[in-house]
Amino acid sequence: MSAPPEILFEHVGKAFPRADGGAPFEAVRDLSFTIGRGELVAILGKTGCGKSTAFNLICGLLRPSVGRVVVQGHDPCADFAWFRGKIGIIFQNDRLMPWRTAIENVALGLELNKMPQPQRLEIAASWLARLGLCGHEHEYPHALSGGMRQRVSIARAFAGKPDILLCDEPFSALDEHTGNALREEFRELLRQTGATSIFITHSIEEALQLGERLMVFERPACIAYETTLHADMSESEREVVRGRIRKVLSGETSEN
Amino acid sequence: MTLGEGAASTRRTGRSFGKFHYEGIVALAGLALVWQIASLFVPHFLFPSVPEIAERLFAIFTSWQSISDALATSARILAGLAGAFLLGTILAMPMARSATFERYAYPLLNFNQGIPALSWVVIAIIWFRGIEFRIFFIMVMTTLPAFTFQVLDAYRAMSKDLFEMTLAFRPTRLDLFRTLIWPTVLPGILTAWKVNLGNAARVVVVAELVGATGGVGYELLQQQQIFDMAGALAWTLVLVIFVLVVQSFITLIETRALRYRAFAEHA
Repeated sequence: MSAPPEILFEHVGKAFPRADGGAPFEAVRDLSFTIGRGELVAILGKTGCGKSTAFNLICGLLRPSVGRVVVQGHDPCADFAWFRGKIGIIFQNDRLMPWRTAIENVALGLELNKMPQPQRLEIAASWLARLGLCGHEHEYPHALSGGMRQRVSIARAFAGKPDILLCDEPFSALDEHTGNALREEFRELLRQTGATSIFITHSIEEALQLGERLMVFERPACIAYETTLHADMSESEREVVRGRIRKVLSGETSEN
Repeated sequence: MTLGEGAASTRRTGRSFGKFHYEGIVALAGLALVWQIASLFVPHFLFPSVPEIAERLFAIFTSWQSISDALATSARILAGLAGAFLLGTILAMPMARSATFERYAYPLLNFNQGIPALSWVVIAIIWFRGIEFRIFFIMVMTTLPAFTFQVLDAYRAMSKDLFEMTLAFRPTRLDLFRTLIWPTVLPGILTAWKVNLGNAARVVVVAELVGATGGVGYELLQQQQIFDMAGALAWTLVLVIFVLVVQSFITLIETRALRYRAFAEHA
């Protein structure tokens, strides 16, 4: 008997009412997939294709209009408190609290998980050091550069040792050099922690670099193309995958 | 107010973190000098000299009866503000969360804003017997709309991104309030206290003038009846000093609680 999926989407649809009272905006339509424990999945799609809606459905910030979302056997919306400490999220922008220092921001999840202060500060400091922010623990976010702030938000997500890590285009707001440097460190961290990870991106290269499995969404979010990536894939095999993704993204065809 | 506007306002007022500026004292000294010069040319009962006013002020601070009057007024201001703040917060929270409730509450608060403080004084005198409750009622009714609107605005200014981020950690309601809502609304609340403090000081005097047997307003009425300008100014200064002291205290809290903004200015 196979292990139950870590994340299950079953014919999920999500529509948002329009402010002008018109027909609801359909962000996700009949989306079904499963993600196994420890998988590293990259979700790729153009802006506005519903990637972030799917992301919010997984982390329980949105409730599906139809179908069901199950994460670790639980409904992420209904069993809200059950997921405390189990999900780590890295957002597109750093979303640091400006009134908290770097170390206090990293320790937020641990604090909400009722970990004693000395312990949580020790863990937060070790994560900051691991991400090259030693000496910046007591700086406020305003005093940090964009790259440093995003490192703090990465440390915040990893500090709670989550079972599931959700990343919503975490490097898109950074310059190319900083983004590349962080991406490398990030992949290493993902390997070390072994958390089930979902990485949302609109960059083909980023998806190929970070994902072990790749899903391409087309609007309204449904899977147009899906493939598994192997570490020993040749460059020509990768080029084939790139070509197929480009085709799907340009709307030429849907392949699955 | 944005960060940039805040910095500009700091430059304009001459207030800064950890630095003392003399401009305020120089301006007040200049006003006293102009008054003193005027007192040399204008009848004494209209413009008493600065030393005479200072003498009356000293007399107030050395008489237990006068001090208790000043303290009574201060306590009334603080109690009224605390009541209005509490009630305003209780009203603002459901207004922020329910558009329907807001549609009912907003016009009522707007209507209240149009009622003059003196009308509330008359209403309070007719409705209630106890002097202290009358004044408390007047203070609450006159400062309630401003507190409600300011707390509501502060709550609405909360970042949706930060709210979602915090929610993703599955906080309890209390933790959500402690870690996100309170730090978000605190700057607005401190501003509301500073703004309403001045308003409350004006209203309390009117309330005491008509409906009290003690306090600064009552003392001002006594000075008016004996046509004592020096006494009236001295009692006015007592109230001004109280407002300045409380405002300094709020600024101190602001400097401490919002110190991350000072760091932001440096950055």
